[in-house]
Amino acid sequence: MDALLLSRIQFGFVISFHILFPAFTIGLASWLAFVEWRWLRTRDDLWRDVYFFWLKIFAVSFGMGVVSGIVMSFQFGTNWAVLSERAGNILGPLLSYEVLTAFFLEATFLGVMLFGWKRVSDGLHFFATCMVALGTLISTFWIISANSWMQTPQGYTLVNGIFEPASWWAIVFNPSFPYRLAHMVLAAFITTCFVVGGASAWYLRRGVHVEAATRMLKLAVAFAAITVPLQIAVGDAHGLEVGKYQPTKLAAIEGHWRDEGAGDGMPLVLFGVPDQLQERNAYEVAVPRLGSVILTHSWNGSVRPLTAVPASERPPVAPVFYAFRVMVGLGVLMLVLSFASLWAWRRGTLGHSRWVLRGWNWMIPSGFVALLSGWYVNEIGRQPYVVYGLLRTSDAVSPNITAAAVWSSLIVYAVVYAIIFGSGIWYILKLFRVGPVRQPPKDTQGGEKTPARPLSMPDEHVDTHADGTQGARA
Amino acid sequence: MTLATVLPVLWFGVIGFGVLMYVLLDGFVLGIGILAPFAEDEHQLDHMMNTAAPIWDGNETWLVLGGAGLLAAFPKAYALLLSTLYLPVLLMLVALIFRGVAFEFRFKATRAKPAWGAAFALGSMFTAFAQGVILGALVEGMPLNGGKYLHGTFGWFSPFSMLTGIALVFGYALLGSTWLILKTEQRMQLIARTLTRPLVLVVVAFMGLVSAWLPFLDSRIMARWFEGGHFWWLAPVPLLALANAFALWRAAMREGRDAAPFILTLSFFVLGFVGLVLGIWPNIIPPTMSIWDAASAPSSQLFLGVGIVFLLPAILGYTYWSYRVFSGKVASDSGYH
Repeated sequence: MDALLLSRIQFGFVISFHILFPAFTIGLASWLAFVEWRWLRTRDDLWRDVYFFWLKIFAVSFGMGVVSGIVMSFQFGTNWAVLSERAGNILGPLLSYEVLTAFFLEATFLGVMLFGWKRVSDGLHFFATCMVALGTLISTFWIISANSWMQTPQGYTLVNGIFEPASWWAIVFNPSFPYRLAHMVLAAFITTCFVVGGASAWYLRRGVHVEAATRMLKLAVAFAAITVPLQIAVGDAHGLEVGKYQPTKLAAIEGHWRDEGAGDGMPLVLFGVPDQLQERNAYEVAVPRLGSVILTHSWNGSVRPLTAVPASERPPVAPVFYAFRVMVGLGVLMLVLSFASLWAWRRGTLGHSRWVLRGWNWMIPSGFVALLSGWYVNEIGRQPYVVYGLLRTSDAVSPNITAAAVWSSLIVYAVVYAIIFGSGIWYILKLFRVGPVRQPPKDTQGGEKTPARPLSMPDEHVDTHADGTQGARA
Repeated sequence: MTLATVLPVLWFGVIGFGVLMYVLLDGFVLGIGILAPFAEDEHQLDHMMNTAAPIWDGNETWLVLGGAGLLAAFPKAYALLLSTLYLPVLLMLVALIFRGVAFEFRFKATRAKPAWGAAFALGSMFTAFAQGVILGALVEGMPLNGGKYLHGTFGWFSPFSMLTGIALVFGYALLGSTWLILKTEQRMQLIARTLTRPLVLVVVAFMGLVSAWLPFLDSRIMARWFEGGHFWWLAPVPLLALANAFALWRAAMREGRDAAPFILTLSFFVLGFVGLVLGIWPNIIPPTMSIWDAASAPSSQLFLGVGIVFLLPAILGYTYWSYRVFSGKVASDSGYH
């Protein structure tokens, strides 16, 4: 394998791991802000217990997001030097604005959030939580803008092969940006929602933390019932946008190789095995005309087929095609589950309906898988370009790195990520086992100078209360 | 004087400021990690880590700003530097991963606690070493021919870059020990004080060795120091550094003024940094890539520059506030309630 392919594998690997944690913490930060707000308003201690429980999980997830994110910010230079040189004029300021407006905000106020419980007033602590939540959203804004510019570039002039900014407004608010931003923020919120609901269902099935779990599950159900249909609508609009600006990507999503006869409309391929060389799908299962209805919102419409462009301009179809079906399939399951849960709630059986609870339990990873699948559609679907239509991925790789060097880094990252993320997920699972236990009131927590570390108290060593009983503090 | 002439100069200042902030702020956190082997037990290491636990993440963010800012303002330098220093950068990133997660994992672990303590120590050491190697390789220069780098994957490997690698480990250790004097009391503070004096000697020796070596490097980055009478107006920098080191030596064991050693170490680092930057200027990558060669389009530098003017003071403001929130001595039993 050459440095190009290895660099692509490495980028895919490190960014796939990375995105899982921000995706989770974007939603979790807003959830924490909501929970702390409820505690401030009601002074109901259950809210505070719920807050500290998720705060610990947040801290571990955020830590992993930070360290894997630093790798990302240097990856462009180490492996994609030509991309950095040619598009640095545009991507650099966007990423720098992310650091300036989001990363510092998150990092600084996270310290207050985790350690400042007794050092600042309740109101100021809540403010810190809100700043962290705001930071995660601002961060999403900039990074999605940068990604979207690479998908639908505009507002630039090409000078000797280098992209120079002509209109920053046009760059930041490029055509695919609003759709991708809405889709990603909702995806992050839904991912977190299904973790919160799933963990609650798990406690309810085991009969522990019943009061907190019931409260959280109801919130998750209500939130999912609103956001999942909304996400499907946003996804549909995003799809229409892709059809307009990246028709080849949309054709790969649909497994749409060539046009039907005039007036026949476009079928919707439910399943098949795309064959890149033969330019067709094997074992195809398709519904006539449904493709036209969904993709063009008309009876006869069609999108540009894959064979309309030379083979060298097409992305690998199979991974795009499959990943899209995984994402949509999970979206449908989420929709079914949230409506079934609403129904159970109305009938008053939500807290003990075996199948609903089991469903939430099983769906804990659904958001993560759907989100990764969506990103694979987005990123593999734009190949062979890194800046769509303008700069090929194969031309963007660093010229002065060797295959041996990238082999070594790839192996190192694989081993290190296995250790780090294996451990991190293990510690998060241990925190889930402990659950939302009762927190002591503020004035009895240690001495004056103690930075009240809610997440590392030795008497709460996370493996000591696996039965999830309350009153874990000795 | 056009925008294309002036903006790169301002941006050189901004990037320099960001890197300096990183070196000072993460320097003392990395220093704590480098000194971790001197902790007498797990409890003491808890104490050391707790002095930095609320603020380390913000400190590390200056490195991300340095990376992203370099991409924005000097994309050619970013591309060349990171791709030629592929392996030292890899080492730094992996070491930073272990150092960073150790803050969370070590306090969650029971049986694995010593292992995450080791990850904290080794991660900090290798981060410092890799950063020193990167600095040394940059100072030695990256010879180019038609925009292409002349040396291979191991072009950065040299006696000089190994020297700067080891020197930075000791430099950060000094920042760490004086930070601990500031933030702890009694036994922990005594350990830190005892470590500080030998560290001052070692760091001054390394600084002298590196300075003596500089004029003999191919990049000749220190040439300006000895040309055209520059020496006389540049001379205050090394003289001040020596005076500073002497004051630090005296302050290290003086009871009662716990902030002095740390502040003197900060100013010592600032002087060393200024001396280095004066040598590199007006290149961003010696020996040939100047800040104007590497600069991005004026519209890029301007767009981000406007944001910097407003955002940097805000960042410094709330960073200062968070240090205020966590000011004062950190008790040895912190994290145990």
